[in-house]
Amino acid sequence: MNSPAEEEDWDIEITPKNSLLDMKLKDVWHYRDLLVLLVRRDFVAFYKQTVLGPLWFFLQPLATILLFNFVFANIAKISTGSIPPPVFYLAGTIIWNYFSDCLTKTSTAFKDNAAMLGKVYFPRLIMPLSIVFSNLIRFGVQFILFLLMMAIYSAKGFAIHPNLYLLLFPLMILLIAALGLGLGMMISAVTTKYRDLSFVISFGVPLLMYTTTVIYPLSTAQAKYPKYSWLIEYNPITIVIEAFRKGFLGEGSFSWDLLGYCVIVTAAILVTGTIIFNRVEKNFVDTV
Amino acid sequence: MVKVIKVEHLSKAYQLGDFGTGTISRDLERFWARMRGKEDPFLKIGEVNDRTKKGESDIVWSLRDINFEVEKGDAIGIIGRNGAGKSTLLKVLSRVTSPTIGSVKIKGRVASLLEVGTGFHPELSGRENIFLNGAILGMRSAEIKRKFDEIVDFAGVERYIDTPVKRYSSGMYVRLAFAVAAHLEAEILVVDEVLAVGDAEFQKKCLGKMGDVSKGEGRTVLFVSHNMGSIRQLCDKGILLNNGEATFMGDTEAAIKNYMSSAATSKSGMAAVGTLKDIIKIKSVAVNNNPLDVIIMPKDEIVISIKYECFSHLPAFRMSFTLFKEGIRILTVQDLETCEPIEPGLYESKIKIPNYFLRPGAYTVSAGGHNTNHSNFSIGNTEWFFASDISSFEILEDWGENFDFNNLGIVNLLNTHGERKLIGELIS
Repeated sequence: MNSPAEEEDWDIEITPKNSLLDMKLKDVWHYRDLLVLLVRRDFVAFYKQTVLGPLWFFLQPLATILLFNFVFANIAKISTGSIPPPVFYLAGTIIWNYFSDCLTKTSTAFKDNAAMLGKVYFPRLIMPLSIVFSNLIRFGVQFILFLLMMAIYSAKGFAIHPNLYLLLFPLMILLIAALGLGLGMMISAVTTKYRDLSFVISFGVPLLMYTTTVIYPLSTAQAKYPKYSWLIEYNPITIVIEAFRKGFLGEGSFSWDLLGYCVIVTAAILVTGTIIFNRVEKNFVDTV
Repeated sequence: MVKVIKVEHLSKAYQLGDFGTGTISRDLERFWARMRGKEDPFLKIGEVNDRTKKGESDIVWSLRDINFEVEKGDAIGIIGRNGAGKSTLLKVLSRVTSPTIGSVKIKGRVASLLEVGTGFHPELSGRENIFLNGAILGMRSAEIKRKFDEIVDFAGVERYIDTPVKRYSSGMYVRLAFAVAAHLEAEILVVDEVLAVGDAEFQKKCLGKMGDVSKGEGRTVLFVSHNMGSIRQLCDKGILLNNGEATFMGDTEAAIKNYMSSAATSKSGMAAVGTLKDIIKIKSVAVNNNPLDVIIMPKDEIVISIKYECFSHLPAFRMSFTLFKEGIRILTVQDLETCEPIEPGLYESKIKIPNYFLRPGAYTVSAGGHNTNHSNFSIGNTEWFFASDISSFEILEDWGENFDFNNLGIVNLLNTHGERKLIGELIS
């Protein structure tokens, strides 16, 4: 017979509650191949049965900046400082797109994959993580477009001055991903039971773009609305976009204080998101 | 033996009905109760999960205080009616959902097969889906690579391996999906009724594979099925669930016997229509002496008996029995060859259906009667009554000598005197 100690040596314990901060990273690590395959699936399925294939990754932001250029730079005449408007918009757009794609896709991750999640166990965290990574690939592709555009405009003699601040780039990406993931996890936790929030997201996220500095520089906002500009200034996305522009284009409002603030807010959002996610993770299949 | 699964006081409550505006106030109420350290009001009002009865509250216990232990190498069959909690139990065991109370402790890797082809993406090829599905089930890529040829071979879809699975027939889809799952290297395999799909040959192959898993490789299998034949073939222990409670645990044969004799209580009030409905009143119906939801093995003869009261004299009356399967009338037969006079009193009419005549499935019984003068037959001249859905029974699947997997349709013929003989040589 076995000794009692040996019998109590269980690998898995299924209990009603999770510990709140345990992200089960060991489990996630075991399923890392799944993560890779899900990212691949998203990427491949995106352009299956399309003629232009991966080119669509370029066309989307190109069309956006073309429109922005027409509406905001030509009609509304919003200044973009010394940076040529298309490059200015593209810098904001690709960062904003990465955030908003992470947010909206994560917030519906449970609902969209309910059939699969209801039938098989794998660490639920894999789902939002796969979204963050597959959007990172999209971002990477669009980033290449941005670099090309930068090269073209600086060859034409426009004032584009990449500088040492661009070393902060990896941190910028990390911050954006963590923000999208953290907020997305919070929202997904609520939408499994109450769908109301998903309506708010679907019209709210595009509107939220105007509270960041995608189409105007922060300095313009500060000059025009000194009283309310803090709303824009303390938006973590704004801080990232401005720092990104500062590093790659040489013009943008950057301060170490704001960056520190941004890091703290992001960390808080990520931790809160994780806690909420862990609360619902075990039972959401019953309510989704 | 080593214990690999230990289930203690496992309970799971579900909320019935819709989530709407009412849900948020109740959630707040629960939250408030928990904050004050009181018992969750949500769980106090739970009741036994009997789907046939209208309950008082919309909270039901899908599982209630289940306790059992599983030893390494056991093959356990979980049986019970629809809604008994079988699938919920498997869901908790495979960590898809968590219990409301209690715990499950597991030693080793669990592979659950609650559905075949989970996560298959229609746009991806068979090859890509093998990797994706394998990964979802917890396999590492290297492991899948090693077994890839074996999986394709088992599924028998080699020719289509680079075609998107949306172009597969449903049979091929299932074959491929099961093949992936069957090659999992988990110590514990949890299988829900996935064999309901796929052709007979493949079903046998799957059963064989699962048998190998438990007997040959010493792995543990938990298996839910309505097919007593496969439970019998595969499992050496059985757990019988009834309304969320484990009512029997032990030897497979005994569990099946228990299951078959457990009959639900009779429906009350047999509403009838027709001109005779107040003259002939059905008192009770029994199929093989049980009132409702009777479980019958193919080898059993089926006796349907109806007790009824007659309140006044009818010159030419007989009772008729009708069987429906999935809404299709299978047969209507009478208790007497011709209509005979009937006097007031209590009667019992019976018919017998030979064993191995009806094929497996769920049947419902309706009954009626008519008072007709044969010499003067016309619709207007007939008095009748009809009571529909007064009883039901289910014939289980039990494949054997008398029931061939490859025979299909509604009726089963025991001896068709089928033969084959050579009637001429080919001239080459």
